[in-house]
Amino acid sequence: MTTEVEPVSGGNVGMGTEYLEVRRLTVDFDGFKAVSDVDLTLFQGDLRFLIGPNGAGKTTVIDAITGLVPATGSVNKSGVELLGKKVHQIARRGVGRTFQTASVFEQLTVVQNLDIAAGAGRSPWTLLRRRRGMLPAIEDALDTIGLTELAEKPAGVLAHGQKQWLEIGMLLVQNADVLLLDEPVAGMSHEEREETGNLLRRIGGERTVVVVEHDMDFMRAFATSVTVLARGQVIAEGSVAEVQANPKVQEVYLGTAAAGAEGIPDELIEESS
Amino acid sequence: MSDAPLGRRAVLNLLGRWQTWAGFGVAAVLLFAVAPAVLSDFRLSLLGKFLCFAIVAVGIGLAWGRGGMLVLGQGVFFGLGGYMMGMHLKIADARLSKQPVPDFMQIAGVRKLPAYWEPFASPAFTLLAIVVVPTAIAAALGLGVFKRRVKGAYFAILSQALAAALAILLVGQTSVGGSNGLNNFRTFFGFALKDPANKRMLYFIAAAVLLIVVAVVRQLMYSRYGELLVAVRDGEERVRFLGYDPANTKVVAYTVAAFFASIAGALFAPIVGFMAPSQVGILPSIVFLIGVAIGGRTTLLGPVLGAIGVAWAQTLFSERFPSEWTYAQGLLFIVVVGFFPAGLAGLGALFKQVRRRAKAVPPPEPEPAAVADTDPDAEKVGAQS
Repeated sequence: MTTEVEPVSGGNVGMGTEYLEVRRLTVDFDGFKAVSDVDLTLFQGDLRFLIGPNGAGKTTVIDAITGLVPATGSVNKSGVELLGKKVHQIARRGVGRTFQTASVFEQLTVVQNLDIAAGAGRSPWTLLRRRRGMLPAIEDALDTIGLTELAEKPAGVLAHGQKQWLEIGMLLVQNADVLLLDEPVAGMSHEEREETGNLLRRIGGERTVVVVEHDMDFMRAFATSVTVLARGQVIAEGSVAEVQANPKVQEVYLGTAAAGAEGIPDELIEESS
Repeated sequence: MSDAPLGRRAVLNLLGRWQTWAGFGVAAVLLFAVAPAVLSDFRLSLLGKFLCFAIVAVGIGLAWGRGGMLVLGQGVFFGLGGYMMGMHLKIADARLSKQPVPDFMQIAGVRKLPAYWEPFASPAFTLLAIVVVPTAIAAALGLGVFKRRVKGAYFAILSQALAAALAILLVGQTSVGGSNGLNNFRTFFGFALKDPANKRMLYFIAAAVLLIVVAVVRQLMYSRYGELLVAVRDGEERVRFLGYDPANTKVVAYTVAAFFASIAGALFAPIVGFMAPSQVGILPSIVFLIGVAIGGRTTLLGPVLGAIGVAWAQTLFSERFPSEWTYAQGLLFIVVVGFFPAGLAGLGALFKQVRRRAKAVPPPEPEPAAVADTDPDAEKVGAQS
């Protein structure tokens, strides 16, 4: 946490970088292709936003990468094929995710939540003994997510935003270097969004972070690169400006705007045209 | 800055530890000094039986209360332990009276001990089998079931079906006494069971085992494993995404519960004097659960006190109102599960909360948000996609 490394488009490490390479990823739900032939290349130090209209397959891509839904194609993390592995095996390879609805363990305290997240590799002997003191990694994570004061509180009493931060903190202590965040700022206040964005930039400098998001303001403020999905396919990729200028993206968003989606897409189109 | 809270934590730790030891001390005094002093031999033996149920209950508390597995078939493991112990006792009795086979086999005209009975002539083998067989079965079963992500009601039905199947199987087996089961034990590892002193010894063994079992579960509950088990109960899918296979976590609790039930059965047989299919099937398996639910399944002592209380009430009331008691018991179960999922222990916590709130009313201060009193059975899976 000493030197702040800023996330940049295309990664900030250069040769020898950690990467996640998704090739021809296809998810077939009984004949319905929720995701078809998606290619994504993510480098360490990139804060990638995954956007697209409802039903574009954004969450399904994350589900496929994390092993929740069966998929074909290839997901390669720094040389290791992830497709076909079980959920917990993929998690142990350093791929962490959050969910649209925060799913922390409400009956356990903040520290207990983090301690469990940090402990996937523990021996039976360690498991059978009590948790004493606090791991340095957990202390750091508490500091990063700003929940130090609430460490001993049950996670159930946390505010919505704090639960999302706790989830991100759990990914940090889990030692995940690929973080897949599914709408982390949904339902957050303006200040909370701002704080979450800064948090993402802080942690994105040393990891690969993918954020599924609907909020275009949030995307513009914090993304270093953007991938646009529509009907299960990648239709555009690049910097925020490039993507906004892309006619295909405008068309997709115009289509859903006409169908009655929220006002956000209009805004996007106005600014880019 | 870290000095003050650390010091306070150490004090709290010490206090907590002192309380624990005091609790165990009080329980030991009650079980080993007070109960034998005030209860008749008959009542003491009865209490011994209740303690056996309490041992089963401690395991159920772990598996169901903490692990969320509705174990509706603990009669299986209780029966396995009980029958294996019973077989050894019958062989030992037969050997003492220089008979080749136990009494009930002679009546049935069997002259040679069935092959699967032979190893149980050895006390060491019997004790080992009481430990190994149920745990091995539970571990294998648990792995098969939990790895396939069978849970909730499906798991409950499966475990109940198992209890029913074993009871039916035993009724049909004349080589283990059919529906009468095994009874009329005369000795226990060489000690005459008619002697009240030996009966008391059996009670003491049950009491000691109960204390040990509670201590073991206490350690499990407060260990990292215990925290993980609660996490698995409340968000099995979430735990998967943290890199754990929740099936392994659940198998451990399930196996421990089975192990305890087996020990309890093995003690029940000599204490009560019989082991029969009626102690194995669906009904006894559910009765095990009632005490746990009433006492408070997520707590350490709730299941123990609940099991003893329900068994005691059953003895008390069924002597006077044999048929009404069954209804009362069923009603109690429904009320507790439906309206007080945390059991009597939860009621205690509720009172405390109400009192604290009443105290806090005069100076209106920011309400410390209450811990959500959620039903541990409710599936909270954030992973619905």
